[in-house]
Amino acid sequence: MRDFVYERPETVNEAVALLRGGDGRLLAGGTDLIPQLREGRRLAARVIDVKRIPALAAISTPPEGGVVIGAAANAAAVAGSSAIGRDYPAVAQSARLIGGVQIQNRASLGGNICNAAPSADGVPALVCHAAQAHIAGPAGARQMRLEELFAGPGRTRIDAGELLVSILLPPPAPRSAVKYLRFTPRREMDIAIAGAGTFIRLDEQGTIAETRVVLASVGPIPLRAPSAERTLAGERPTCPLLEEAGRRAATDARPISDTRGSADYRRVLIAVLTTRALTDCCRQLGIVIETP
Amino acid sequence: MKTLITCTVNGEERTALADTRDTLLELLRDRLGLTGAKEGCGNGNCGTCTVLVDGAAVCSCLMLAQEAPGHDILTIEGVAQGGALHPIQQVLVERGGTQCGFCTPGIVLSAKALLDATAAPTDAEIRHAIAGNLCRCTGYGKIVEAIASAAVAMKGQ
Repeated sequence: MRDFVYERPETVNEAVALLRGGDGRLLAGGTDLIPQLREGRRLAARVIDVKRIPALAAISTPPEGGVVIGAAANAAAVAGSSAIGRDYPAVAQSARLIGGVQIQNRASLGGNICNAAPSADGVPALVCHAAQAHIAGPAGARQMRLEELFAGPGRTRIDAGELLVSILLPPPAPRSAVKYLRFTPRREMDIAIAGAGTFIRLDEQGTIAETRVVLASVGPIPLRAPSAERTLAGERPTCPLLEEAGRRAATDARPISDTRGSADYRRVLIAVLTTRALTDCCRQLGIVIETP
Repeated sequence: MKTLITCTVNGEERTALADTRDTLLELLRDRLGLTGAKEGCGNGNCGTCTVLVDGAAVCSCLMLAQEAPGHDILTIEGVAQGGALHPIQQVLVERGGTQCGFCTPGIVLSAKALLDATAAPTDAEIRHAIAGNLCRCTGYGKIVEAIASAAVAMKGQ
């Protein structure tokens, strides 16, 4: 490993100034960066530890509602936050899927996002909740929808001199629910072969007024499933409808075949996971979906 | 480059001259002579380098030594008190929850983090707590039984 200078900025502006040299790497949990540096897969002249910056470390509930999750907050903190557990249980459950306990105690939600792995378990539930990303850089602060942040496997639309500060989850709408399910051969410590996150919001008559279906590990980035969403919109949730949405999601998926699973297998998994996640959303809203 | 690092290890303030690139595991093993934590995979999959940082189980191979100042680190060398094994260690011995022993320090510390927070864990909670610790000898059954039994022993204390 090449020698580096370890920096520990206390403010976002200090971190942005340290990034200006172009030779720095941000360190939060280190669960990816440290092996990458040791194995020479990444080089850094400066390692910039952002865990001391209050805006990146904190999980807070702003007066206008919602929750703000600092990008350096670790998965255990996200899973254990009472505000997240109460209003965004799928986000807390997703954080518990990342690695094992040792990884959850270090790995940050921001790192899970910025690594931009198509399999990132932390991402689909956040996209389902219409998360916004707060980004800071030399030109100041900007905000973008989290789902637009991904550019490809391992690539984001955060520029080299910028950093992800926090994720804002807007207040959950009444009569809405989110669920994320993934499939792995092992129960824990494994990477999803496929995952599906679903969000539905019902109107007062019980028809689906709004929906988001987000697919993991079946495309270069976390994918929305537009034809599954069109199938659901304006309908009352029934078993045939949720199964049809699953089949549609499988056609929206753009999987590759690799050592973890074939493209065909991934499509079948997407159909099943999407239907199950939607069924769970209905259950959370007090609707029992009769399975034939 | 070298740098002086001071942190609390097993209740004592320790200072060592470390390389700026050292992981916490290298600081413990190579600078402080605490070789109980092992390097297995070096990338967070096997858990044999597990130590507790402020009571939380972490892979010491995934943390820089320079991140350690200000934190309280517990390694396997600090678990037995006054020559008496901790109940988790005692029960692992009695129930054969260890064979080659390479994973055992990590298993003990993961179990300790669990039992310090959860007095009566379910089997599922025990399995979740040690999911990040690979054991290639035992098949885990005896380890899970031993941790459940240690929970009962610790309750009686």
